[in-house]
Amino acid sequence: MKASAERRERLRYLLVLFPALLVLAVLFAYPLLGIVNRSVYKAGYTLDFYRQIFRVPVYLQVLWATFRVSALVTLLCLALGYPLAYVLATCRPRTARLLTIIVILPFFTSIIVRTYAWMVLLGRNGIVNQYVMALGLTDTPLPLLYNQAGVVIGMSYVLLPYMVLTVYSVMRGIDPGLVRAAHSLGASRLQAFRRIFLPLSLPGIAGGTLLVFILSLGFFITPALMGGPGDIMIAMLIEREVEITLNWSFASALAVVLLALTLVGFAGYNRIVRLERIFEGRG
Amino acid sequence: MAEDGQRTGPGVVAVMALAGAVLLFLIAPVVIIVIVSFSGAEYLSFPPPFLSLRWYQRFLGTPSWRQSIVVSTQVALLTMVFATVLGLLASLALVRGRFRGKGAIYAMLLSPMIVPTIITAIGLYFFFVRIKATGSILAMALGHTVLALPVVVIIMAATLQGFDIRLEQAALSLGASRVTALRRITLPLILPGVLSAALFAFLTSFDELLIPLFLSGVEVQTLTVRIWNSLVLEVDPTIAAVSSFLIGVTTVVLGASAFLRGRGESATST
Amino acid sequence: MAPPEGVGGGAEVRLHELTKTFGSVVAVREVSVTVAPGSFFTLLGPSGSGKTTTLMMVAGFTYPSSGEVFVDGKPMAALPPQKRDLGMVFQSYAVFPHLTVFDNVAFPLQVRKAPRLDTLRRVGEALELVRLTGYERRLPRQLSGGEQQRVALARALVFQPRVLLMDEPLGALDKKLRAHMQLELKHIQQRLHVTVLYVTHDQEEALTMSDRVAVMQGGRIEQVGIPAELYDAPASRFVADFIGESNFLDGVVVSAERDGRWRCRAAGGLEFSGVGAVALHAGQQITAAVRPEKLVQAGDDGAAALGPGSNTCKGVVEEAIYVGDVTRYRVGLGADGAITIKVPNRFAARPLATGAAVALAWSPDDTRLFSRAGA
Repeated sequence: MKASAERRERLRYLLVLFPALLVLAVLFAYPLLGIVNRSVYKAGYTLDFYRQIFRVPVYLQVLWATFRVSALVTLLCLALGYPLAYVLATCRPRTARLLTIIVILPFFTSIIVRTYAWMVLLGRNGIVNQYVMALGLTDTPLPLLYNQAGVVIGMSYVLLPYMVLTVYSVMRGIDPGLVRAAHSLGASRLQAFRRIFLPLSLPGIAGGTLLVFILSLGFFITPALMGGPGDIMIAMLIEREVEITLNWSFASALAVVLLALTLVGFAGYNRIVRLERIFEGRG
Repeated sequence: MAEDGQRTGPGVVAVMALAGAVLLFLIAPVVIIVIVSFSGAEYLSFPPPFLSLRWYQRFLGTPSWRQSIVVSTQVALLTMVFATVLGLLASLALVRGRFRGKGAIYAMLLSPMIVPTIITAIGLYFFFVRIKATGSILAMALGHTVLALPVVVIIMAATLQGFDIRLEQAALSLGASRVTALRRITLPLILPGVLSAALFAFLTSFDELLIPLFLSGVEVQTLTVRIWNSLVLEVDPTIAAVSSFLIGVTTVVLGASAFLRGRGESATST
Repeated sequence: MAPPEGVGGGAEVRLHELTKTFGSVVAVREVSVTVAPGSFFTLLGPSGSGKTTTLMMVAGFTYPSSGEVFVDGKPMAALPPQKRDLGMVFQSYAVFPHLTVFDNVAFPLQVRKAPRLDTLRRVGEALELVRLTGYERRLPRQLSGGEQQRVALARALVFQPRVLLMDEPLGALDKKLRAHMQLELKHIQQRLHVTVLYVTHDQEEALTMSDRVAVMQGGRIEQVGIPAELYDAPASRFVADFIGESNFLDGVVVSAERDGRWRCRAAGGLEFSGVGAVALHAGQQITAAVRPEKLVQAGDDGAAALGPGSNTCKGVVEEAIYVGDVTRYRVGLGADGAITIKVPNRFAARPLATGAAVALAWSPDDTRLFSRAGA
């Protein structure tokens, strides 16, 4: 019978799907639930750990530092990424392909390697200072490492490709005929850009900004290596509470807070850039 | 920027200069580290006063570094196998299957990309500590599989969607069994995509730091964890050589994947 | 929207030996044309003929490889598109999707920093001109293709350019709407006295709307003239074929006749007279072109009006195709091949049956002779 053959096929596909979902359930979903559970349990269910986060000034400072650094990183990525995306979107296809490689290669390089590279560049005896002092621009080495400046530079470096690629993909969809039409109507290059191109690229700006900001919130490696004592971000705090002070429950509460912020952010991002569209199959 | 009647004014030059500077910003650190790793001096200076392979000798000559390469490779190979198999099956089901809730299942499969890795890492740590399995290669591979699975699914779904199912249907109409059609028609044509996904799974695992940071043992350290431990103690120039090694691995994987993707596209498009 | 005071309506556009090469491909070859002020001029040709490239050079989006563009005597070479003050309507409309109809039409005025009240008034007038009053607040995605195109037109006219460039603007519209818009465009152009340079591949459109037409092929202009000239006196076989329909008969010139006519013999032996489109001589290989509607049945009233000296031939009806207002018949002439004739479907007329013998007559003045290559 056709109906049962169809059902059998459907079940077959679900069966094939099962292993992947099982692995995720056991090694991802269950541990996450474990974290949430740990965050509210201490001889009975309690919200003490959350209260600790929001009452104790030190932890509030960490949250503030996290937001502050993430905002700065996002702004820097936008300032640097938008012009690059614009050039990528408006140059010849062959050139665009070559330039995209230059954007992609660091993107796939390990974060620790990228962070280390900046440590080498920005240290007191690092390469940047070697040149800056040799050129006589300053007498004492510039403090570019182990402080907020270093963290922002390092994180921006890691997250820049996300911004560039997001903005670029939106810009690619802008019909070049529209700018030409604007010119034919008398608009100068600046006017055509400001009134036609820029508004149409806004979804890319919004998507890229949100994406970079959300990713920055959860960063650990770069701020841990390049930051100073005042630049502790929430992920670093989580690591410390797990590895050093062994306050696993408190660490779990911090993790839940970070997760909540991230999920809210991605919900907003999803509204702007329909991620699911990629997968709405022809099935 | 091309022929559209616009003269090259100062504004255009400024934008292109800025874009050029950003490109330099992106590629320079990677290039500098590779160059500096061949430096013969004690101090890392750029350009190096003279070239030498001493840091590479130190890197490959130290047992603990060599051991960490072995560990990273083992973990990455396991991850590659797990993630590719699971991901391929899942993508097949999602692209070919007909059932409701596809959107939700896709979201679930991609969720490890959304959750900050630190959270995934401590979750796995709490989990494996409970069953006393920290410090094992298998535990790390399983953890990396969670991270690599979304990557594999994305690549495989794209490959499968680009595959013309009528080719398989033609094979069936000519009398081939489902399995034969899959084996002789579908698999060879999607193979470049599968290999590409496998390579990215490998790379995801090889580059990963946070999960092994929590799951490593004293003896069992991945390359990335070893770098981390070195950096926290001192800025040893040997790390430049290790970094170049990692950059090399990344470049090879990206190159191989691009090559495979090129072959794949010409094979599946009619 | 009358032309501004003191300005004599449209500007004169002069193209002087305009050439454009892309690598080894010559897209436009020494095109020279003068468009009279306030006239409707069309560049007509198949795709790849270079007509759009020529228009783009006038607009300033493409640099000429050589040659010049003059508007009212002023050379345009040094001016980027935004400084040329030419209105342009693109094939894809290029209506700004994120701006309302009002903002779209007001755009060129805002860019020129026109005062607000002035802008309000002029946008209102422009919208009235294209009959879109009341649409100000709508967004392009809420409009049909035809409405978007009218927005593009209003936008290109609102700043009163003296030249309007149009690149196949009606291509995406359905047949009825297209015919309607052709007339509307023509009326608007006449009202505003604006010079129009129009590009299309649709020869019917060109003949309907234009004061003068330039037929282009392979980057070159084959013929320039008023529509009647192009239809009745095509200068080359290409023009005879591209504009309207033509029957072609290959043959050879036998001798010269009086009044500039030539006596010819077709490949199958049929003899006829015709008028040369180029200089001819006895013995030259030619192709004769006759439009289907110029062939009438001998014995009909029309044949009598042709008088003595008309061309005649006999044939057999092979196929009849009913098209509504006319019926086209394919008539076999034996060794001379086959031709098509067009007979209006009048109420009392008997249709010709397949296989029926038929005698046809036509005037030598309707027979155009072109020299045949390889002669």
